[in-house]
Amino acid sequence: MVFKNIRYVSVNEDKVMDIHLDDGSDKVVDAKNLVAIPGLVDMHCHLRDPGYEYKEDIASGVKAAAKGGFVKIACMPNTKPVIDNSAVVSYIRKKAESLKSVKVYPIGAITKNIEGKELAEIGDMKAHGAVAISDDGNPVMSSSLMKKAMIYAHSFDMPVISHCEDKDLAEDGSMNEGFVSTVLGLRGIPKAAEEAMVAREIILAEYTGLPVHIAHVSTRLAVHMIRDAKKRGVKVTCETCHHYFTLTDETVYGFNTYAKVNPPLREKEDVEAIIEGLKDGTIDAIATDHAPHHEDEKKIEFQLAANGISGFETAFGLSYTYLVRAGHLSLGELVDKMSIRPLEILKIKDEGVNLTIFDPNVKFVVEPEKFVSKGKNSPFGGFELFGEVMYTVVDGRIVYTSDKVKG
Amino acid sequence: MKHLLGLKDTSKEEIENILETARGMQVILDSNIKKAPHLNGKSIVTLFYENSTRTRLSFELASKYLSSASANISASSSSVAKGETLLDTGRTIQRMGTDVIIIRHPMAGAPHLLAKHLNCSIVNAGDGMNEHPTQALLDMYTMLRHKGTLQGLKVVITGDVLHSRVARSNIWGLTKMGAEVVVNGPATMMPVAIEDMGARVEPNIKHAVKDADVIMGLRIQLERQKSGLFPTIREYSKFFSVNEETLSYAAKDCLIMHPGPVNRGVEMTSMLIDGDSSVIEEQVTSGVAVRMAILYILTR
Repeated sequence: MVFKNIRYVSVNEDKVMDIHLDDGSDKVVDAKNLVAIPGLVDMHCHLRDPGYEYKEDIASGVKAAAKGGFVKIACMPNTKPVIDNSAVVSYIRKKAESLKSVKVYPIGAITKNIEGKELAEIGDMKAHGAVAISDDGNPVMSSSLMKKAMIYAHSFDMPVISHCEDKDLAEDGSMNEGFVSTVLGLRGIPKAAEEAMVAREIILAEYTGLPVHIAHVSTRLAVHMIRDAKKRGVKVTCETCHHYFTLTDETVYGFNTYAKVNPPLREKEDVEAIIEGLKDGTIDAIATDHAPHHEDEKKIEFQLAANGISGFETAFGLSYTYLVRAGHLSLGELVDKMSIRPLEILKIKDEGVNLTIFDPNVKFVVEPEKFVSKGKNSPFGGFELFGEVMYTVVDGRIVYTSDKVKG
Repeated sequence: MKHLLGLKDTSKEEIENILETARGMQVILDSNIKKAPHLNGKSIVTLFYENSTRTRLSFELASKYLSSASANISASSSSVAKGETLLDTGRTIQRMGTDVIIIRHPMAGAPHLLAKHLNCSIVNAGDGMNEHPTQALLDMYTMLRHKGTLQGLKVVITGDVLHSRVARSNIWGLTKMGAEVVVNGPATMMPVAIEDMGARVEPNIKHAVKDADVIMGLRIQLERQKSGLFPTIREYSKFFSVNEETLSYAAKDCLIMHPGPVNRGVEMTSMLIDGDSSVIEEQVTSGVAVRMAILYILTR
């Protein structure tokens, strides 16, 4: 297959060229209105398989990722059973490989059963293909265990990803603490719950001299602390998610459970700080935190509703529209955050031809009911975006073609 | 009006209409034959996921005085988290020909969930820390009976404002009606950004009640001291209890109110609760009149 006259943009490249795929097809596509970039890499998603296949399974998750333009995805270990041993790592890898589509990289647990008590078999999980460790959603509250995890994981060259939330400070809150939570009478999660643990991880990284990666940064002070730490030479990296630079806690008005996510949606000053952090390089990467849930887990009382947003199919459009078209980042800078840095942080080799091809000029409307993910839980229904993905290329093969360019 | 979910989204005109209608209902309530046909042929169900004596009885009598068919369901709060979903329970009740569901629930937004997905009218009888609109309406109705107007009144709400749906509904309602609302209580029990809702925070009770027309105590749950919100009941009463001395700083004809049930000697002294300024028992009667008015307006 040939894409004629396509604009190709990478971190330091921007040129018009023909892209030849050695995929056995002699089709020629007039691609002068399309843009190709190095394939998107999502370093933080939930595939729910094994255990919660009614929310998502590896096949549906991979299909949704391909539609969202992702070529590689790293999935979090809070499955049932938890990814805390090599058998579950192998199960996920084998199931994903058989699909011959988006590459899936399991992230193992830091502690057995994500209980925060004893280390999981980090070395063995690495040997079977896990790319990092994290107790995502249930952070390691013990500081000494976290320190040991960082030291032990480093000896196996395993990145450590921290979901920063002091559960004690978060108490039983269900949204950001602020004017909106006061108005709605919902218990608030203070920003300090995230920031206190970001501070701890920075201090541990500085003390041990070892790297740590902070997941889904959502507050202004967290961005400030990471910026200062980086200036001091601390080996801290971090990601944010598309909903933290596009939405505020006002989205929760009306007890909108689709806006329930952890960390919770914050306030305007935080959104501005996240964008500033993306611009100046404090925030290394954008991840989806794709968290599919069944409709029945959202059509209930807000306090009981599950946390999470189905994100694969909106992440690039939102990032392209709210960051690139809004003038905050160049497309090359967005490529760095969504394709290049995630690979570097997870130490995954970039091999083969992996591309995301999108239409930068035609507006599209987000329709969650049409997601191919099993999770239709999105607060972005009705959003008008640019940057719809038309083709996703993994290892030189097209794994997704939009209906809009088929035939 | 289709639903009464909260005073945040109820207009000044709607509040005035309810308070005016309640005056007519009070006539029925005060008469010898407490039976009127306003809800004849209507079906009203109370669905309570929390214990309640007065609110529930008040709704039940209000609907019976107005000739409706009424029934009560107590769901244990443990059934909230497991078993049938709230929406399924609501749909089942609706299918039995119910016109109004009156719901009390420990979680904010539960009545809104029913209102979004059901066709019958929903009345919020208290949802988590969010709102308790009929309580605020009966409070305003009581104030109106004594003061003639709400415009320009200074109302002090004191106690556990953080966890109080009564406080929130009163702040929305009273500020819409032109009253000044001052909130007081331990700083650990003040919600963040409460002043942006239109209430003024005054941490010192004596300053708070200066020239007040109404002092409203809020029930303090004694187990809150275990979560570190205040040290002891003794210290709480020393600094936040409303007593005779506090009352002396208020306006001459200041009303003492409390949504009940009262912890005597904690939120306020027995002398005040039983004293001449107290309208606490009258609030209970007002509650029936106001709820009669609301049920009539919603089913008209």
